[in-house]
Amino acid sequence: MNETEKNTRREFIHVLISRHGAERTSLLPVLQEFQKKFGYIDGQSQQEIAFAMNIHPVEVNSIISFYSFLYDSPRGRNTVRICKNIVCDFHGSSEIADAVRKEFKLNSGNTSADGKITLEITNCFGLCDKSPSMIVNENVYEKIDKDSALKILRGL
Amino acid sequence: MKKDRKGPVLFSEYKPGSALLKAAGMSREDILFEIKDSGLKGRGGAGFPASVKWMLTASADSDRKFIVCNADEGEPGTFKDRVLLTEYPELVIEGMIIAGYTIGAKEGIIYLRAEYSYIKEFLENKIEEYRKNNLLGKNIASKEGVEFDIKIRLGSGAYVCGEETALIESLEGYRGEPRNKPPFPVNTGYLGCPTVVNNVETLAAVPHIINNGGEWLHKFGTDKSTGSKLFSVSGDCRYPGVYELPFGISIKDLLEISGAENTKAVQIGGASGLCFPESEFGRKLSFEDISTGGSVMIFDKSRDMLKVLKNFMEFFVEESCGQCTPCRIGNVRLLEGVKMIEKNEYTPEYIEKLKELCGTMKIASKCGLGQSSPNPFLSILENFKDEIFGKHLNLNYDEKGIKKSGITAAAHC
Amino acid sequence: MKKELRSPVSQRPHTAEDVNGKSGIGSEVSIELNGEKIKVALGKSILDICRENKIHIPTLCYHEDLCIAGNCRLCLVEIEGMKNLQTACSFPVTSPVKIKTFSDKVRKARKHIIDLLLSEHYGECYSCVRNNNCELQTLAREHGIDSYEFGHVCEPRFEIDNSSAAVIRDMDKCILCRRCVRTCIDLQEVGVLEAINKGYETKISTFLDLPLSDVICINCGQCINRCPTGALHANDPSDEVWKAIEDPRKHVVLQTAPSPRASIGEEFGLSPGHSMTGQLNTAARRIGFNKVFDTNFSADLTIMEEGTELLNRLKKALVDKDENVKLPQFTSCSPGWVKFIEHFYPEKLDYLSTAKSPQQMFGAVLKTFYAEESGIDPADIVTVALMPCAAKKFECNRPEMNSSGFKDVDYGLTTREMAKMIREAGLVLPELPKSGFDDPFGEATGSGLIFGSTGGVMEAALRTVYELVTGRPVPFDGLNIDVCRGMKGIKEASVKLENCKKEFSFLEGIDLKFIVAHGTANAKVVMDMLTKGELSGYHFVEIMACPGGCIGGGGQPIPTSESIRKLRAKAIYDEEGSLPVRKSHENPKIKYIYEKYFSDGPCGKLSHKLLHTGYYKRGKFIK
Repeated sequence: MNETEKNTRREFIHVLISRHGAERTSLLPVLQEFQKKFGYIDGQSQQEIAFAMNIHPVEVNSIISFYSFLYDSPRGRNTVRICKNIVCDFHGSSEIADAVRKEFKLNSGNTSADGKITLEITNCFGLCDKSPSMIVNENVYEKIDKDSALKILRGL
Repeated sequence: MKKDRKGPVLFSEYKPGSALLKAAGMSREDILFEIKDSGLKGRGGAGFPASVKWMLTASADSDRKFIVCNADEGEPGTFKDRVLLTEYPELVIEGMIIAGYTIGAKEGIIYLRAEYSYIKEFLENKIEEYRKNNLLGKNIASKEGVEFDIKIRLGSGAYVCGEETALIESLEGYRGEPRNKPPFPVNTGYLGCPTVVNNVETLAAVPHIINNGGEWLHKFGTDKSTGSKLFSVSGDCRYPGVYELPFGISIKDLLEISGAENTKAVQIGGASGLCFPESEFGRKLSFEDISTGGSVMIFDKSRDMLKVLKNFMEFFVEESCGQCTPCRIGNVRLLEGVKMIEKNEYTPEYIEKLKELCGTMKIASKCGLGQSSPNPFLSILENFKDEIFGKHLNLNYDEKGIKKSGITAAAHC
Repeated sequence: MKKELRSPVSQRPHTAEDVNGKSGIGSEVSIELNGEKIKVALGKSILDICRENKIHIPTLCYHEDLCIAGNCRLCLVEIEGMKNLQTACSFPVTSPVKIKTFSDKVRKARKHIIDLLLSEHYGECYSCVRNNNCELQTLAREHGIDSYEFGHVCEPRFEIDNSSAAVIRDMDKCILCRRCVRTCIDLQEVGVLEAINKGYETKISTFLDLPLSDVICINCGQCINRCPTGALHANDPSDEVWKAIEDPRKHVVLQTAPSPRASIGEEFGLSPGHSMTGQLNTAARRIGFNKVFDTNFSADLTIMEEGTELLNRLKKALVDKDENVKLPQFTSCSPGWVKFIEHFYPEKLDYLSTAKSPQQMFGAVLKTFYAEESGIDPADIVTVALMPCAAKKFECNRPEMNSSGFKDVDYGLTTREMAKMIREAGLVLPELPKSGFDDPFGEATGSGLIFGSTGGVMEAALRTVYELVTGRPVPFDGLNIDVCRGMKGIKEASVKLENCKKEFSFLEGIDLKFIVAHGTANAKVVMDMLTKGELSGYHFVEIMACPGGCIGGGGQPIPTSESIRKLRAKAIYDEEGSLPVRKSHENPKIKYIYEKYFSDGPCGKLSHKLLHTGYYKRGKFIK
């Protein structure tokens, strides 16, 4: 990461903190918004956030690792979530996930080489009545199958 | 917004704002009385009387109090809150305002699970409408000194944050790890202040109770389970979805309504709930019999019940907060047991030992997660033992647990 | 010492006031404890009640010095009418409950919990540094564990982190009680260790999982003292020490600091508070150390240097009106504190005395003055320091600590490691005859001795500075400056300088104001006062990184608690009171070394080379 990029992030952290306040209660909103803009929360920024909020960096690190929607390493441009709860599983979600893996050549790791997608096989996200379902970034796709899922993802 | 849903309480006709205006003309004691009279119990599954929570918080001595709406609906197979928040947000918002007015809280927080972040903007717009109509903010409904506002906080993907004290820890900016209780949030909650944490569905019932009176709720449900319950029905049925039905409905009736056929098993209460075989379909969904947060997963005769159990146990291993010993390690040992059965490499004695461990987990874990995670292990292995142990004959060990060199006889659990 | 400010609400202790408001204080409630009716103070925890009533409740995550966690679940008890068992440590009694502490349910649950912990606990007891002093092992014995009911891990899951000179992390032995986390974050406020991940993946780790040597660890070792198992232990150089002892070409000398002498008896089954100075000297000689010296000698040297430095600073500030002089002057003998200030307050390093710690001064003197006097090639001298400290291991390995031309101190041993060597040699320390220290440094003064407890450096320095300035002993009864003593986190006081000697007339009428703090959390408070300008008018600050000072050091016998630390401190003060010479500047050997070797006096040219040092602006940012 070059200096300009570092500065951009640093400035944005200060914008976020002046918006939410430097109290500990603002930590998760700050992390969420930072991640929304930059995709993940790098070590440097974790420390910047920690120092600005008077928290130990290791605590920020700990919190990011606790919550499955916060990331400390780079990810694909699009986050694709497929539910693995038993209802979706019985309705074919694991086959869909396999098809996505094959299409984007996700052998090890879950981010495609071109950085287009990161696939997350997640726990129930409350769309069981429209199962199997998929969330791409913040868009919900209901009752998908292999073909429709791949079509959606190819079109990203 | 779809309004084609029908139900006795939540999905009945409601004029937005009406309960608020009515409540503004009532004293706090009157509101508490109506809520108590209604017998409203927490809809998250535990069934703690809402009025008791409110009364304890109301009587707690503090300048600052909070109403937290628990919209961290994470139990697998539950999606009723999603429907309420997208289709009936007025009920939830007004329920929070009335609760705030009653207990003397000026601040309300909706803790929305990260998976529902796509609802956040819609809810924020709704809240803004209330502010514009002078139903949120200062001097609500032109009533001097009545002040309440709501903000939305997003979760970040942790099932355990549905536990009220973990939720509070998360709000405070910590790992979502449950606290020791006592003290309870009604005394020492968010930022150490008295806090009511209510489920979305509980709060949504409040406006109707205010409009119709507490007594009215007794028209629906049973003696100890007044009113109705939202059921999130999914799995092998023709019409999955959210149903509002009076408490006391039987599993059988619910299956019929949802168009389920050829049903082998019904998992009620999500992963942490219990699994019922056909012989128990006559049992009733109510606090007296099967208490539940409303998740109903239907499995037909083609489904492998050991696979169901494995899926649930994997879920708990991942979603335990990792803080207390029985839950962090216990669930791993249970999952291992399931895998042993899957590979026909178990001894009946060891499975019995794991069942005993379940007993400890239920009474020794710090929070509801570890206390209820053994439920599917116990109920699926018990209720579907013929299927599971019939399919997974243990041919490799003798009754003393010693591995056999050759396959001779089948050991049965 | 309980820090409450930063700890989450869930971990704060609950008092009667929390439960019943102001009216709760002082009221009592009748309860039934294992069938016996007793009256207890409202709001008291079940664990405290049981301890008062001599009922042993097993605990793992509970530690007297730390806030409540309630996560190991071992202290579970049964309360009549409650479906679930409750943790005794966190449950305040507020109603007339009936408690059973060893019912069937309770015993079964506890056994299950131990079984579960063992199922994840890699390694065998006999190959563990904590064998025979492990809380998990003790619990397994107490609960009759005779097999691995739920299996046992056969392969390590983690790599051992031995990057640090002071602290080694072996996470395969970790049981996730999180005492280290609460020590590091709540008690010490350093913030190196935290729980990472969730669920089964939870582990204790550092920022970005970096090795300990690459993060902001100050090596205080307080986490080691509170670890119930062998997951955290000190980096032990005793093999190297043995090797040196065996090598006939090497002249191996040991210096012993005062606080290990006050605590090492605990390693041999004595109750805390028995000084073992004389026996330890004998043990060291029998082990094969060629000479045994008293670190108190160099503590006296430190007082001379640090005290003179303070007077110099005062003179520059008051007479020369030099605005660049930094006051108050902070002590620099606690290496944990030095690294703490290097990381967290790098812009304040000029306030730190440049005097080396007694350990390092001694090392430099041994490989120069002593080598010359005794005619031994310094290349053949191996200097070993017995310290109560984990950070001393890091300190002696600092690259700049070679002013003698050699590594000034070769090895730092903790109290625990020394005890291990004594046991290896087949010696029973308490049964050994007493013997004295070796010349040329001989017996030191009481001032050096009390360095071992919080406030000791300040007390010693005041005795010398006051007398140097006024020509009279400090105006305190029996030289005991009581305001410096005791376990209060931050102590402050002043002494008026009157009728000063002519050369110190610039100090006439000045109130010499000083502060004593121990534990880095308290150091932080003092440093924040400094940042805010609230310390103007203060002259001298003593800071020790460890709670209680060196007697609570990270190399001391395990367990530790405030009551244990108080007993160790008492042993030191008692011994001190009986010594003939109690002021550093009156130590004849000190006088001798300044006449003979450091002839231009304290803070002179040679002493600057050998006895003073500089610091790094490390900062807290990890790149």
